[in-house]
Amino acid sequence: MNAARVGIITFPGSLDDKDAARAVRLSGSEPVALWHGDHDLQSVDAVVLPGGFSYGDYLRAGAIARFAPLMTELVAAAGAGLPVLGICNGFQVLCESHLLPGALLPNAGLHFVCRDQRLRIENADTAWTSDYGEGQELVIPIKNRDGRYTADRETLNELADSGRIVARYVDLNPNGSLDDIAGICNEAGNVVGLMPHPEHAVESLTGPSTDGLGFFTSIVKRLVNA
Amino acid sequence: MARVVVDVMLKPEILDPQGQAIARKLPQMGYDGVVAVRQGKRFEVELEGDADEAALERVSKIAETLLANPVIENYEVRVL
Repeated sequence: MNAARVGIITFPGSLDDKDAARAVRLSGSEPVALWHGDHDLQSVDAVVLPGGFSYGDYLRAGAIARFAPLMTELVAAAGAGLPVLGICNGFQVLCESHLLPGALLPNAGLHFVCRDQRLRIENADTAWTSDYGEGQELVIPIKNRDGRYTADRETLNELADSGRIVARYVDLNPNGSLDDIAGICNEAGNVVGLMPHPEHAVESLTGPSTDGLGFFTSIVKRLVNA
Repeated sequence: MARVVVDVMLKPEILDPQGQAIARKLPQMGYDGVVAVRQGKRFEVELEGDADEAALERVSKIAETLLANPVIENYEVRVL
């Protein structure tokens, strides 16, 4: 079978699209560069929304990117089951698009946070986390200004009860996220938002670990076995 | 030409660390008696025509879909 094709959307202000493409390639799938201004997902098998500051984070992080032309196709495809991983700014875009509940607000400490962060995988059944074990701990970088996950109590309870909290911060909550939430998924489990950056932890030369690879190998296995 | 103001505020239950930082500074500046500060955003929207009912409805739609995120924020529309 041909390699799975994973699209990475570049917005004006995206920073981590190249790193995401590299992580996709290292995991055995083919990265496909997608442009925010097009209306064509190029028949990819999955999509990564990368980190950065799309549209300068003007207004609110992700608020303007949500209305990029390609997002029309992405929202429809995600609703139909296309696996989508939003990392950092990508997570913010997914929340603004209402593909995921809640919102990401400025860090409680008001500082930009950049550190190697310990996480615990809480749900190893999503399209993007099946290569991990439930309860597995990872160390991957986090770097954000607007990373404080917020939702009303009812939504938080629903996320917890339905197993939709994908990852939680361990040891230290870097941004004041409610319930230590680092990542969540939609009901179907195909759309995952994650604040830390697995694509920066795929090679020991440049990352604190290679713990991030699992997100990308998970999707490759999912697609190959589909 | 009419000017319409949209005020956007974080919902009361949502933590506003920027407002807290401002409030903490006030006593050091000699301003006593302030219990709390909440920081919001104000948008001034200029319209081609009059701020009639239809125009205000359109501005409300803009506020709801772009200027505010109703998950975390409330907004108010008024004619300046």
